[in-house]
Amino acid sequence: MNTINSISNQKLRWRVFNDKLFSIVMMTLAFISAVPLISILYQLIKKGYKQVRLSFFIEVAPDTMEAMMAKVNHEIIPGGIANGIVGTLIIVGMASLIAIPLGLTTGIYLSESSKNKMANIVRFVVDMLQGVPSIVLGVIAYIWVVKPITSGFSALAGSVALSIMMLPSIIRSTEETLKMIPPTLKEAALSLGVPYYKTVLKVLLPTGMSGISTGIILGISRIAGETAPLMLTALGSSAINLDITQPSSAIPLLVWEFYNDPNLVNLIWGASLILLLIIFLLNIVAKAISKKWKVQY
Amino acid sequence: MESTILNKTDDKIIQIESPILNIDKLSVSYGGDKYSIMDVSAGIQKNKITAIMGPSGCGKSTLLRAINRMHELYPDTHHKGSITLAGENIYKINPIELRRKIGMVFQRPNPFPTMSIYDNVIAAYKLNGIKLKKSEKDEIVERSLREVGLWDETKDALHKKGTFLSGGQQQRLCIARALAYKPEVILLDEPTSALDPIATAKIEDLLVNLKKNYTIILVTHNMGQAARISDHSMFMYLGELVEYGKTKKMFTTPKDERTEAYLTGKFG
Repeated sequence: MNTINSISNQKLRWRVFNDKLFSIVMMTLAFISAVPLISILYQLIKKGYKQVRLSFFIEVAPDTMEAMMAKVNHEIIPGGIANGIVGTLIIVGMASLIAIPLGLTTGIYLSESSKNKMANIVRFVVDMLQGVPSIVLGVIAYIWVVKPITSGFSALAGSVALSIMMLPSIIRSTEETLKMIPPTLKEAALSLGVPYYKTVLKVLLPTGMSGISTGIILGISRIAGETAPLMLTALGSSAINLDITQPSSAIPLLVWEFYNDPNLVNLIWGASLILLLIIFLLNIVAKAISKKWKVQY
Repeated sequence: MESTILNKTDDKIIQIESPILNIDKLSVSYGGDKYSIMDVSAGIQKNKITAIMGPSGCGKSTLLRAINRMHELYPDTHHKGSITLAGENIYKINPIELRRKIGMVFQRPNPFPTMSIYDNVIAAYKLNGIKLKKSEKDEIVERSLREVGLWDETKDALHKKGTFLSGGQQQRLCIARALAYKPEVILLDEPTSALDPIATAKIEDLLVNLKKNYTIILVTHNMGQAARISDHSMFMYLGELVEYGKTKKMFTTPKDERTEAYLTGKFG
């Protein structure tokens, strides 16, 4: 039975071997790409877990003298990152307040008038915006807000910089989600005599809610860790600040400050750990929402 | 000479006495000088099922959509001629108001996926922000679901999502949704083309029952369906209304050779 179509045993074994080799190489490379994240988490937990106590969340950052004393006495550095946590919440919260309505309406506009010339220009600009370095956005917010509006560094200026940064992700995810909704749903609503704006707000938006909110949360998680634009805008503050026209701290700013102070440098691990966990949490929430609110057409 | 030609065309298009809808020399274009339907004139009789047949691209959906102005969703449409609903020019009525009087059901079942069965039925009220008492809502939901024969199947699951129903049930839900506002006319655009034969038969029975209270216009590419349930039939070809008459008469003795060719399966 040695026809031209039959495969010899040796060749067959070679093929099976190749198959196995390929799967093993794939698995190894996939594992390697997961290593950095795992090792980052390991490092942060190993070096930072001692710092993360209740006081770490409710006390403000220590000054360099307190930290030095603790270091001399071989104690854990006192204080925490409460000023950073509150600052991040306020700055990111306000950035979301600015960016979400703006991003949603722009996304709706782009998906509803997809072939329009104006829409094409907006879409192009939004894509460009995505690539603008974050430090440049800091400079812009400095010129727009720090100088003329708050006449000094402020949380508001930080929010403006971050809101510009999160706009593209909200706009594009809104546009893409709405485009996936079958046009017959829109027709169904319009054929019931529902005005166009109500069709968009009450039918299309709820139907796309899962994709849109995922985009928003990923946008938030992207800006929560931003440092560079805040250096030029929010600047930092050693106390908890609730006034948006005043300089404010943020967790990534604290990490930078700790790094620059030899007495405080050990605090960077705990602070980074908390920042990373917040961003993880946001990502997990985003995944859960996209799964739970998924709409079946 | 001229009058005989006129008589000949008149012969192919029946005259309806006191029609609820009157289409008068209607031409619709999706842009430019190319018209998807040309010079269509026809009256639609109240409480009857009128079927619109023809090969794909003949303009049957365009004609249907022109009746509740859904064709205007495309950006560059324009039209000539007019349609009157109970004597009123529909192009002078606000489309939002018009569509509440002329309901529509689409090719694929399209219940609102975020809404329950209950909310889907009263969607027209809900989305338009019309406040109703709980008892009024209950009454509308039950009446509409009974009208489409879906009440017994869904009365215990009214608060489940409409998308959990089978395709045929979903389509009946969409009909119930269109009926909830008590429209005068219901337009159906190939409502059974995505359904299996059993679900199709149920919808056909349902439509025959519904004509007591509503005027029904049905686009179908299924000649059998038109023959089974419609009272009047239109045959359209290349944007022209070729023949319009009583269904039984048209299927047995078509007057135009194109109608005959279509009905005998020579094209389409």
